[in-house]
This record gives sequence, C-alpha cells and structure tokens, in this order.
Amino acid sequence: MNETANGIVLRSRGLTKTFGKGDGLVRAVDEVDLDVATAETVAIMGPSGCGKSTLLHLAGGLERPSGGEVTLAGNRLDQMGERALARLRRTAIGFVFQAFHLIDELTARENVELPALLAGSSPRAARRRATELLDRVGLADRAAFLPAALSGGQRQRVAIARALSNDPLVVLADEPTGNLDSAATLEVLRLFDDLRSTGQTLVIVTHDSRIAATADRLISMRDGVFVDETRLSGGTRGNLSALAGLEG
Amino acid sequence: MPGGVVQEVVLAMLAKEPSHGYELRARLRDALGPVGEAMNAGQIYVTLGRLEKAALVSAEREPGLPDRPDRKVYALTPAGQQRVASWLAEVTWPGPAPVEFHLKLAAAAAGRLADPLTIVDAQRRELLRMLRDTQRAAMAEPDHSAAGLLLEGVALRLQADLRWLEACEQYWITPGSQSYEGIPRGL
Repeated sequence: MNETANGIVLRSRGLTKTFGKGDGLVRAVDEVDLDVATAETVAIMGPSGCGKSTLLHLAGGLERPSGGEVTLAGNRLDQMGERALARLRRTAIGFVFQAFHLIDELTARENVELPALLAGSSPRAARRRATELLDRVGLADRAAFLPAALSGGQRQRVAIARALSNDPLVVLADEPTGNLDSAATLEVLRLFDDLRSTGQTLVIVTHDSRIAATADRLISMRDGVFVDETRLSGGTRGNLSALAGLEG
Repeated sequence: MPGGVVQEVVLAMLAKEPSHGYELRARLRDALGPVGEAMNAGQIYVTLGRLEKAALVSAEREPGLPDRPDRKVYALTPAGQQRVASWLAEVTWPGPAPVEFHLKLAAAAAGRLADPLTIVDAQRRELLRMLRDTQRAAMAEPDHSAAGLLLEGVALRLQADLRWLEACEQYWITPGSQSYEGIPRGL
C-alpha cells in the first residue's frame, strides 16, 4: 500500500453523509475536504451532533458516504467492495472508541492479539506483537488481566495497543477520553504524545480541549462543515507561573 | 505581588518551625515544580523583608556564622500566627473573573468596534496555547507529584474558560442576539 507522493495519507473531497429524506433531510457531513499528512495529529472538535463522529466513521470505512470521495493511501474507500473494505479496515486503520469496546471474556493480551490473528498472523507472532504493544502502553504487568480488573485509563490503553496491532496507517479515535477522569486522561495524552513522536498518524474527534491543545492541528466543526482551523504555535512556558496565579 | 511571593504562603510555611530562607525556597520549589521556574532566588527574601517590617515574622542571626542573609532564621510572631489562622479560614477564591472579557464583547458589539466572534476566536487560541503549555508540563511530571496536582488545577480552569467561550460564541453567533444595550448584532 503506497502513500501518495505529497505525504497525505488520508484525504477527502466533497465528503457528504445525509440521513433522512425531504424536509427531514439532515446533512450530517456536508462536502468536507480533509487532508491529513503522515505523522500528523489532527483533532476535530465541535458540539454534539456537529457530524464529527460521522466524519470519522466515513474516514474509517465504517459508514458509506452519500457523496464525495475518501481516500486512504491512494485507495478510494467510497468505491471499494465490502470485502476489500473490511480487509483494509483490519490492516490499515486502528480504531479507538470512547467506550473502549474490549471483549470482556478475553484478557488484555488476548484483546490485543485479536486483530493480528484476524489479519492472518500466526498465534506466536500475534502473541509477540501483543506483548510488545502492552509493554509500550505501560501495561506489561497487566497482560493476563480481564478488562473488568483494569481501571478506565488502563482499558483505554489496552484498546490503543489493540488499535496499533497491525501497524495502521492511521489511528482514528472517537472521544478517547470521554469516559476517563483527569488522571487517566493524562495517561492517554502521554501515550498519544509518544505515538506522535514515533510518526503515527492520528485523527481524534473530541470534546476534550486538552487533546485539542496538544494536537498539531485543530479543526472546528459545526453543522457538518469545517468552520475554523488552528495550528497552535508560539506561547511560552514562562507563562505557567502567571497562569497558576503566581506572579513573578 | 510583583517581586515577591504571596505573604500568607510564606507565613504558613514558617508555621511548622523557624526556618532559613533557602529552606522555604526549597519547599516552594517542591510544591510548584515547573510553575515555580520563573521565580528567582531573591523573591522569597523580598517577601520575608516585608513580613519582617510588618512585624509578622522575626529574624535572628544564627550565632557564629558569617553575616549572610540566608543565615537568618525566620520565625512567626504572634501576629503572624494570627494572620495564618485567618488566612486558612478564608474562603475567597482567587482567579480572573470573566467580567472584563464579557464587557469587552458587549462593548465591541454595541459600539461596532469589532466582531465579538473574532475576539472570541483570538481568545480561544490564546487559552488553547496556555492549555497546551500546561498540559505539556503536566505530562512531564511523575505520577502523584504535588506540582502535577497544581498543573491539573490550572488545566481544569482553562478547560472551564474554554467551555465558557463556546457559550459566548453561541450567544454572539445567534442572529438577533442583543447587545447589553439592546442593539441587535449587525456586524
């Protein structure tokens, strides 16, 4: 699978998703153009119902668009047959969800092994990969635990390890910190930061301004369209004291 | 309190036992982490000097040591102890009130000086930058550090401010939203 020459791994043009008909027609995603570069972290923010989750589903081939194009590393998702799309989802895209979606009956390691097994890895290779990934997310000592025995932050880290199983071209995360408290959110943010430093492409749909603030690019979405785009640059660490109420 | 540290904080740190200035500085550093990096060494002595003048602390030179400011041992006076007690009982909550920003938006709209939404956008970027810096500092702290806890407080406040900006945006974006003088927004 080749990436396009200009370093854009995920791209959409005129991407549209409508629900309903006639007067009840809702344009959940309305002719959206998106370019995500390799190794970039993009956060998409907006109020509930603005279409950001639908956009993520279209980008990940979980839903079919009503119009427009979506391309992942040169592959037109909107034109792909179901089988090919399912294969691409398994091998090229990592999903992270708000509710973790781990399988309760499987241990952390077995959850992480699953995508590799589904993609045709040998059990031994899948186990090796899972062990390595759990170590990477700081949960090597929890490999044999069932999800119920893990904290929310730990469960999400297992889910992120699972998303990385097949070395995806892009990780798509839908409100990954939505169910987490402040400390667990920090764990996940640290992990995303680590992924970014290794060149993993990330697209995160979120309400959480902490994620937005640490992304390379922040897109604001409203009523199915992009209304603002921000690259945060500048700012100094020296401001921290004043921010904390300590003038100096 | 330019050039100094909040007086009550220094008093409260002295309440445990009489201390040298450098000991107080070390305790402040531990509690503040990266937030305290901008503080220079002299600031604690500026504050101690003011407290001494106000008779809230007394200072004694340690006998037999060279005459250097950090060889002074500072202790609370009874008045200082009282100040600490009333400070601990206080419930005032410091922090910037949104009044000024709110009035800025209202005045900008009423006088047609600027689009309130542009002001909100600029402010949002600035708060996001602050949140980014705070978040980066928090990520660099070890788990369960006192400074990490402080940074969490800063981050949560910034998040609250960002949510309020969303509400400002919703208000000023709605067609027919009124300025505080009842002038329809028509920019």
